[in-house]
Amino acid sequence: MSELPQRQTDIGPPHFSKFLPPVIKNNYGQWKYHEIKSPGVMVHVAESGDKIWTVRVASPRLLSTDTIRDICEIADKYCDGYLRFTTRHNVEFLLSDESKVDPLVNELKEKGYMIGGIGARISNVVHTQGWVHCHSAATDASGLVKAMMDELHEYFHTKELPAKVRLAVACCVNMCGAVHCSDIALVGVHKTPPRIEHEKVKNLCEIPSTVASCPTSAISPDPKNKSVKIKLEKCMYCGNCYSVCPAMPIADPKNDGVAIVVGGKVSNLRSNPMFSKLAVPWLPNNPPRWPEVTDAVKKILDAYIDGAKKHERLGEWIERIGWEKFFKITGLEFRLQHIDDFTFARETWRMAATFKW
Amino acid sequence: MAQKHQTPLLDELEKGPFPSFVKEMKRAAEHSEYAQDLLGQLELSYKEKVTHWKHGGIVGVRGYGAGVIGRYSDVPDKFPGVAHFHTVRVNQPAGFFYTTSALREICDIWDKYGSGLTNMHGSTGDIILLGTKTDNLEPIFAELSSRGWDLGGSGSAVRTPSCCVGPGRCEWACYDTLELTYQITQKYQDELHRPMFPYKFKFKMAGCAVDCIAAIARADMSIIGTWKDNIQIDQDEVRNYAQSGMDIQKEIVDMCPTGCMSWDGNELKINDEDCNRCMHCIAKMTKALRPGKERGATILLGSKAPIVTGALMSWVIVPFMKMEPPYEELFDLVDRIWEFWDEHGKNRERIGELIERLGFPTFLKEVGLDPHPAMVKEPRRDPFFFWSEEDIEK
Repeated sequence: MSELPQRQTDIGPPHFSKFLPPVIKNNYGQWKYHEIKSPGVMVHVAESGDKIWTVRVASPRLLSTDTIRDICEIADKYCDGYLRFTTRHNVEFLLSDESKVDPLVNELKEKGYMIGGIGARISNVVHTQGWVHCHSAATDASGLVKAMMDELHEYFHTKELPAKVRLAVACCVNMCGAVHCSDIALVGVHKTPPRIEHEKVKNLCEIPSTVASCPTSAISPDPKNKSVKIKLEKCMYCGNCYSVCPAMPIADPKNDGVAIVVGGKVSNLRSNPMFSKLAVPWLPNNPPRWPEVTDAVKKILDAYIDGAKKHERLGEWIERIGWEKFFKITGLEFRLQHIDDFTFARETWRMAATFKW
Repeated sequence: MAQKHQTPLLDELEKGPFPSFVKEMKRAAEHSEYAQDLLGQLELSYKEKVTHWKHGGIVGVRGYGAGVIGRYSDVPDKFPGVAHFHTVRVNQPAGFFYTTSALREICDIWDKYGSGLTNMHGSTGDIILLGTKTDNLEPIFAELSSRGWDLGGSGSAVRTPSCCVGPGRCEWACYDTLELTYQITQKYQDELHRPMFPYKFKFKMAGCAVDCIAAIARADMSIIGTWKDNIQIDQDEVRNYAQSGMDIQKEIVDMCPTGCMSWDGNELKINDEDCNRCMHCIAKMTKALRPGKERGATILLGSKAPIVTGALMSWVIVPFMKMEPPYEELFDLVDRIWEFWDEHGKNRERIGELIERLGFPTFLKEVGLDPHPAMVKEPRRDPFFFWSEEDIEK
């Protein structure tokens, strides 16, 4: 191997100013307003009158270096070599020359990029690693995203919705993608308790931290076996013990599946930020296209499109009509699992005599 | 390179209009043994409906305890290319801005030493380089750091801070989210690379209450831009919106959560004293309305995903703070919060959970913050409150 360059530590990332296009450097913090020109194109106008156009395309988040190089080539041709990514994994081409916008859009279309995601639409899906790269995944994330967006892609590049709809996928309840405040989110869930591999616990796990990891105190020490035991009826299959102790595998191919939670938001517009709530407790893992999951998501989205007022987010629509009506019009089954019996349960029970038939 | 493993299930996901991650894996597999075997192993997961990754191990680069996530296959005999398949987290530039030459530089290094697969970006914000062997970690780090890049956070450390696009391209940014992100990242390099906390600690910087970075849902400290004075109104532009078809009464006034606006067909009036700065009207009338001029941020603390005792959103601990360099007031507050966490936090207890356990009043007292009605939705309902020595008549 050729000699390596001198390593440096604790230098932090490069300062972002190295990567800002001149039009941004010249108008930094001096933006006046913006306009959405089409589902994937917007323009920001500065106090100085300078303008910057943004053309947004979807990406699968999992990108090969080859595709990054392709994107770079396009950015060199039209954007003087400047681009950015969004927090939702879209690629944004940044242009200061309006005459280049249409040619860029045309080339992107020719090459098969999906342009859109701006405004009252579905933007790209925030998601986790899934079976591609995670040990605790109860489902795949990239596959669910692909299957779902193949069904909903029109809402990315063309059709408008009452308001933006933020989708997310987490492959287990650790929720690395923080999906718990999304309009519609899919979460990989287990339905069975972990198995204890007593021989391995001895060598791999620290008993006190394993016991402490259980949120329902289902785990206690088993000194005789130098291991732990589980009160099965107390376990709600969160898998936190497995994160601490690898000798307690919880994956169960027959019973792992996908839950759907809905109605969350992070913005403060109109209503306060909201958590997503349970709509469907379990659907089977049915790769490669998870048809049961995509059907349920479409059902929820269609009911929202049908019932929501302009600017009303999915959670705001449900709050207005009531959850009992949400279950009625979506036809989703309301089950025992929908009623909270965990930390914040009491706040969620109906303490009023007012509800809809 | 011919495809080593048949992947009939994954091939299904090459079809359809949305960009395909399988296509990306196959592109990388044309020149990477890692990606070849990754395809094979993923196909097996699709067939068996179960993951084939083992629990991570402790791997990293010399002198750091964070930045690399160990990953090993549980079927290495079948897929030797992914026997080790560690993730390298590279700290992204604030706002996710790049030049093509910077991206190519990272691609060159990654093609030489890794799988050729990335995530742009991981959920926390890092550039994720997905999959390499233990022996390659030091060379990758030397190549990256000598060119000005550094690793991100992992484990019980400060996680890589991230922010919205901010003043780079947004008229609503109430403070410089990019500069603050950079300054926080630099200030806490030691805490970021060398895990020393009870658990992870995330910072996210949002320029306004639209919160494009989802700070309120997924950062232990969520710094959200806001203002104190009046919304700036351009009445001519308001009338232009009305003339071009916007129903201002219905879409703006009636949707205002505080009822602080009125519209007489000619002038939009806002009673700013009653405005809670939710951003609805500003976001819908970008040309006519803008945040006020006395700008800063609200600091909220405590959000996290459901593990262990349920998901939390951050709540207000400082209603308003000016956010200007050198950010001394903020850094001083962070130090006091970490001291409290160090003192009382249990292993794997996030700051939000700790405050729940010990009580928000206890936190405020120990950290030295004065109570303010902006910190609560409503006062307590129960009559069970504590007093201190100094409150008691002797």
